[in-house]
Amino acid sequence: MATAKSSRPARVRLLVGTRKGAFILISDGKRRRWEVSDPHFAGWEIYHMKGSPADPNRLYASQTSGWFGQIIQRSDDGGKTWHQPGTPPGEPITTPEGMPKGESNKFVYDTSPKSGKPLTTHQWYDGTQHPWEFKRVWHLEPSLADPDTVYAGVEDAALFRSTDGGKTWHELAGLRGHGTGPQWSPGAGGMGLHTILIDPGNPQRMYVAISAAGTFRTEDGGKTWKPINRGLKSNYIPDPEAEVGHCVHRIAMHRSRPSVLFMQKHWDVLRSDDAGENWREVSGNLPTDFGFVIDVHAHEPETIYVVPIKSDSEHFPPEGKLRVYRSRTGGNEWEALTEGLPQRDCYVNVLRDAMAVDSLDPCGVYFGTTGGQVYASADAGDSWTPIVRDLPGVLSVEVQTLP
Amino acid sequence: MIRVVLPAHLRTLARVEGDVLLEVEGPVTQRSVLDALEACYPMLRGTIRDHVTQERRPFLRFFACEEDLSHQPPDAPLPEAVASGAEPFWIIGAIAGG
Repeated sequence: MATAKSSRPARVRLLVGTRKGAFILISDGKRRRWEVSDPHFAGWEIYHMKGSPADPNRLYASQTSGWFGQIIQRSDDGGKTWHQPGTPPGEPITTPEGMPKGESNKFVYDTSPKSGKPLTTHQWYDGTQHPWEFKRVWHLEPSLADPDTVYAGVEDAALFRSTDGGKTWHELAGLRGHGTGPQWSPGAGGMGLHTILIDPGNPQRMYVAISAAGTFRTEDGGKTWKPINRGLKSNYIPDPEAEVGHCVHRIAMHRSRPSVLFMQKHWDVLRSDDAGENWREVSGNLPTDFGFVIDVHAHEPETIYVVPIKSDSEHFPPEGKLRVYRSRTGGNEWEALTEGLPQRDCYVNVLRDAMAVDSLDPCGVYFGTTGGQVYASADAGDSWTPIVRDLPGVLSVEVQTLP
Repeated sequence: MIRVVLPAHLRTLARVEGDVLLEVEGPVTQRSVLDALEACYPMLRGTIRDHVTQERRPFLRFFACEEDLSHQPPDAPLPEAVASGAEPFWIIGAIAGG
């Protein structure tokens, strides 16, 4: 009797963070029909959710509130159930030696002289120095290899790491302490560290991006950092080509070419072919080069996507037309993708963490809007469908391709 | 037993329904009540008071016996009716936001 197994069709899981909760959308590999979960963490802002590449059932979520502060949630079963990975109820909150046990929402800046220069202030709106104050986690980036290791990009800008599955967090203080920290300043949306890219070939190399400071690189796993903003020009700062102070909105890379980076800045789309040492503008024929998201096709490292937004004073698409722009040449030459997207009366925004690509073939592309729609393309952007229309405003979209 | 009324979101985090009942050893103060609450429900640490400074989060208030006790010193005794369990200690979220 034949025992050959048919291969199980792929599934796709979309993790959508919104202003009033988290939603998980699931489809098979055809990506035509989607099941939408009930809200998780209803009523809370979910800045970001992301799964571990090493264990897709391990998910992390940043749950925040102006009233109650920061919560970290973790799922070990692909989002069916969640828990705060700190001390369980009923257990002592200190060790027998009196040391505090896991507190998964405790983000305290490291100002100790031994682990980083004690840096406690940055530039405030009026030019004076202002103390660093933790507000929330903007982005969670799980390690590529270890499900218990995860990085958190926070506001006020800093990078934290947990190596115990989110139970405790420690700042990688070399980033704030490398020298330019006192010159960083918040944009209108706050001073957040929003992008964390880990080099798949060399996990000691990481890139982070901060609004409004710029892009930084480490070659030693986060101990020391270097600003990498040469080639950026920003007319909203006194020296448009300053070493730091640029409002980088998002950076992206393809895992096969970790030295090639793409950037959507406050204004301008740029690329670097030397790990961020030098950047050049590739806005080309875009109708506007303001925007937030940027992402790279899963199988074509020179195919990139942006969603142009009219301006920083009018945070909506030009002409009321929601268009994704795709370049197959790594920038400069762009085509508008409009099939299935509203081409009149559309005034939503697409925020920096709200675009993702799956790894199926053809590549799936997803993005969410401040109007609560999530759009999906199962053909690399040629056509789009709203897979859910009426969620709360979308803050983040991540996708997992499951076997 | 001390009765504590939590805002809905904190009841969800603590996975409780209704009022929380706490045993408090020694003087009944804001600090001793919140310490006991956090010991029973460690997931609430940082959501009512700052982890480091232990200051009340700005959009929360503490009420009891129809009085706003938010600005009382944390070690001041709470009203006898709270200490005896006749009246609850309320943790209130500000009515604000969208």
